[in-house]
Amino acid sequence: MLQGVKLACVRGDRQLFSELSFEVRPGELFWVTGPNGSGKTSLLRMLCTLLPPEAGELRWRRTPVRELGEAYLGELTYLGHAPAVKDDLSAIENLRFALEQQGVSVSEEEAMRALDAFGLGGREALPTRSLSQGQRRRVALARLVFCTQRGLWVLDEPLTALDTQAVELVREQIAAHLARGGVVVLTSHQEVDLRGLRVHKLLLGEGVALGEGAQ
Amino acid sequence: MSAAGQVLADVPRAALWPIFASVVRRDLLLAMRRRSDVLTTFFFFIIVVSLFPLGVGPEPNTLREIAPGVVWVAALLASMLALSRLFAGDYADGTLEQLLLVPQPLALLVLGKILAHWLVTGLPLVLIAPLLGLQFDLPGAALGSMTAGLLLGTPVLSMVGAVGAALTLGARGAGGLLALLVLPLYIPVLIFGAGAASAAAAGLQASGHFSLLGALLLLALVFAPWASAAALRIALE
Repeated sequence: MLQGVKLACVRGDRQLFSELSFEVRPGELFWVTGPNGSGKTSLLRMLCTLLPPEAGELRWRRTPVRELGEAYLGELTYLGHAPAVKDDLSAIENLRFALEQQGVSVSEEEAMRALDAFGLGGREALPTRSLSQGQRRRVALARLVFCTQRGLWVLDEPLTALDTQAVELVREQIAAHLARGGVVVLTSHQEVDLRGLRVHKLLLGEGVALGEGAQ
Repeated sequence: MSAAGQVLADVPRAALWPIFASVVRRDLLLAMRRRSDVLTTFFFFIIVVSLFPLGVGPEPNTLREIAPGVVWVAALLASMLALSRLFAGDYADGTLEQLLLVPQPLALLVLGKILAHWLVTGLPLVLIAPLLGLQFDLPGAALGSMTAGLLLGTPVLSMVGAVGAALTLGARGAGGLLALLVLPLYIPVLIFGAGAASAAAAGLQASGHFSLLGALLLLALVFAPWASAAALRIALE
């Protein structure tokens, strides 16, 4: 469903990876790992069209992403390194604005319920500047509850600063999305409990992709 | 594959207008939450304009003559002051990345941000300008054409400024660079804006100046959001 053909990435004067090819099938978790600076975030940004590949091509449902344009973006949910949460807005405002801009309109009750599920009950109306790092991350992740229609989730280090309970919540969301036939791309430094999920692992390393294989 | 096919089929095509409105509303709400930023621009404008009568002395003819130029230069500087914040906050917290991934033309979303920015930093200047003009003993006709000129000109300032803000995004010393980049581009607006008020004060027709300001506004409306969007894409690469 998501296919990379001989992708290459150069940042500054360093070649992060080249000749990187992969194919992720529906219902698969694409787990990108590697040491710091090996190009995980660059690869994910490339998947989101934020970073054009130096060489090679990215395909979604066998069509080059460049030709799909906005139709591709309409199927994409991206959670980046920065959580895209505004300090001066409350959790509920953050969630609703973020969703509105993805073309999903949710009522206040629905948004409340999602934030409740992510353990933010009673804190929905506080400015997020007063929340902890992990709680702000939870506000960003609550978006996933409403992005079920989008085939491709690209999550950059979604588990940073989360406690075990929140990690489990994210795992549930990911598992449900895979069961729907979606694709999830994930980077994580933490060990993730991936039992029962179809995982396609990619190890990025010094200048080249070291290994690739489905578990 | 069939399940995945359904995922694709069910994707609702997001309409442009609600997204545009949402961008504007969020920026206005953020401005309301951080009122000090907005008030800084507003009072900077008032204070700079008010300093001139004190410095130049109470000679009515001199004051009347310099009034349009003073108000316009103050408006340029005040609008510069707020520019660096236009994209910087969104850039820092990742919101800008999300904006780039909205499946709608980025230029229109940028236009929404510019509109919100003008509503909180440009429009207040337009509204207070007639009052400030009184300090310079401007006649009624000149006050009117100065205000009308500002109404046409300040959106151009916001739009040209947005291109500069997008180009200098993430650069070191962005503030100074932004001023060097944008102030020369403000010159046509300054000439025709101040010219309209001076012409009206002298009892001449100001319509030529207004036509040119209107033309600048249309030109900026077409090119500035598009150029800012392109610059933002480069800044985020």
